[in-house]
Amino acid sequence: MYSEKVMEHFRNPRNVGVIEDADGVGTVGNPVCGDMMTIYIKVKDDRIEDIKFQTFGCAAAIATSSMATELAKGKTLEEALKITKQTVAEALGGLPPQKMHCSNLAAEALKRAIADYLKKQGRIDELKRLGLDKLSEEEEHEEEVCEV
Amino acid sequence: MPYMDYVSGCPVAERVVEAMLPYFKHPGNPSSIHSVGLEARNAMEEARGKVASLIKADSSEIVFTSGATEANNLAIIGYAMRNKSKGKHIIVSAIEHISIINCAKFLQKNGFEVDYAPVDRYGKVKLDELENLVREDTILVSIQHANPEIGTIQDIEKVRDAIKDVTLHVDATASLGKIEVNVERLGVDMLTLSSNDIYGPRGVGALYIRKGVRVNPIILGGGQEKGLRGGTENVAAIVGFGRAAEITMEEWKSEAERLKKMRDRLIEGLLKIEDTFLNGHPTDRLPNNASVRFSYIEGESIILSLDMEGIQASTGSACTSKTLQPSHVLMAIGLKHEEAHGSVVFSLGRWNKEEDVDYVLEKLPPIIERLRMMSPLYLKKKKGGG
Ligand code: FES
Repeated sequence: MYSEKVMEHFRNPRNVGVIEDADGVGTVGNPVCGDMMTIYIKVKDDRIEDIKFQTFGCAAAIATSSMATELAKGKTLEEALKITKQTVAEALGGLPPQKMHCSNLAAEALKRAIADYLKKQGRIDELKRLGLDKLSEEEEHEEEVCEV
Repeated sequence: MPYMDYVSGCPVAERVVEAMLPYFKHPGNPSSIHSVGLEARNAMEEARGKVASLIKADSSEIVFTSGATEANNLAIIGYAMRNKSKGKHIIVSAIEHISIINCAKFLQKNGFEVDYAPVDRYGKVKLDELENLVREDTILVSIQHANPEIGTIQDIEKVRDAIKDVTLHVDATASLGKIEVNVERLGVDMLTLSSNDIYGPRGVGALYIRKGVRVNPIILGGGQEKGLRGGTENVAAIVGFGRAAEITMEEWKSEAERLKKMRDRLIEGLLKIEDTFLNGHPTDRLPNNASVRFSYIEGESIILSLDMEGIQASTGSACTSKTLQPSHVLMAIGLKHEEAHGSVVFSLGRWNKEEDVDYVLEKLPPIIERLRMMSPLYLKKKKGGG
């Protein structure tokens, strides 16, 4: 059911763990499946210098978090924000349709980590410019990501 | 390489295949009146006799179907259609097989009223509540004998007492060959049987319909199976089912003893892993079922990790279901979504050996540990926040 690439990332996920002194943290939960994902970033000169993730979810959720963090590492914040569920899924050689929402979790968690960083830095204008100001705390757990 | 997913599918026994082989090529149609047809008919009737004696029924009470799902459809829809003039209320338990649940929903959309009998946290039907659900116009109650996912065995005799003389259908798919299934002792009116679950071929099952119980066919055809199931009979599969029943009758008791020992050792070992809990009833459970849940992690990743080690099992996690809903059985016993998430069913069968249990108990703990190390929930708990 999964591509070789997905299985490879599931077997050996990159960037698993926690960054204790992270500059930004993004968590998304999926109320339907009960899945959960957290991404931690360390930022230097607006570049993602280090990134780690934790995932409570299926093999696709683990593989997509791994791929998303790998894609984001070393990128500028603006570049990293261009990572979508499609980008992640494509980099993994595709995902079964019912697993696209897991990919979305990864892209969302990354976006939230960046938003969290900008917020902490007080860079509210940029937050607005990038459309990240609407990712409120409450919304976090209402993501509608489990449609089939 | 331990296969521990007998609940999803069983291998067909070599002895069964041998019995079937002549009938794959055999041209006989049991409905034909000539000698070749008669050969097929005789083989089929012999099989019917074997299936009947396995459950202590009369062969005239056995209707062959394409499997347990069809037998369940025939029992629920066929019975309701035939008897709707007597009432339009039926009761099924909340943890029935999905084919029963969906038949009940179908009837609900077609003018019937359905109540779902609740179960306790071990998966036992709450008998007093069941009793209260029975009404004047209740025509049918369907309660499974044992649950394949959590292993819990129902007290069918007590169910019978609770519902008085209302017609009772029992799905014995999971219990046949594992515990005693005797239609007289259970006091049932209809009983679903599956061939593959006793190491017979797929594509065949049966419904026991006690003499005098009236059912409408749901597959209309040329009057086969006493008009209850149209379509030329799948003779080879039926012969295989018969052979499987015969073997089961001889061997089920000693086999159940053997499986139970392995199961107990497996459960004991699994529960040694921290934050691991048993699903289902601790003692009233199928001898081959070890159903547990591991906190903080998800079933699909456990199953795939096990598969990499050559171990096959199954899970009720939402992530693996087509609808992304957790198993209705796990919800009915009161588990939270995240608890259902980490549930894994190991189901043992005829080809498992003691060393399979050792192998699983050796390979599993590091898998659980590895997945937990990735889980944000586990971290939270370790920090004392969860
Ligand atoms: S995390 Fe639930 S389906 Fe992927």
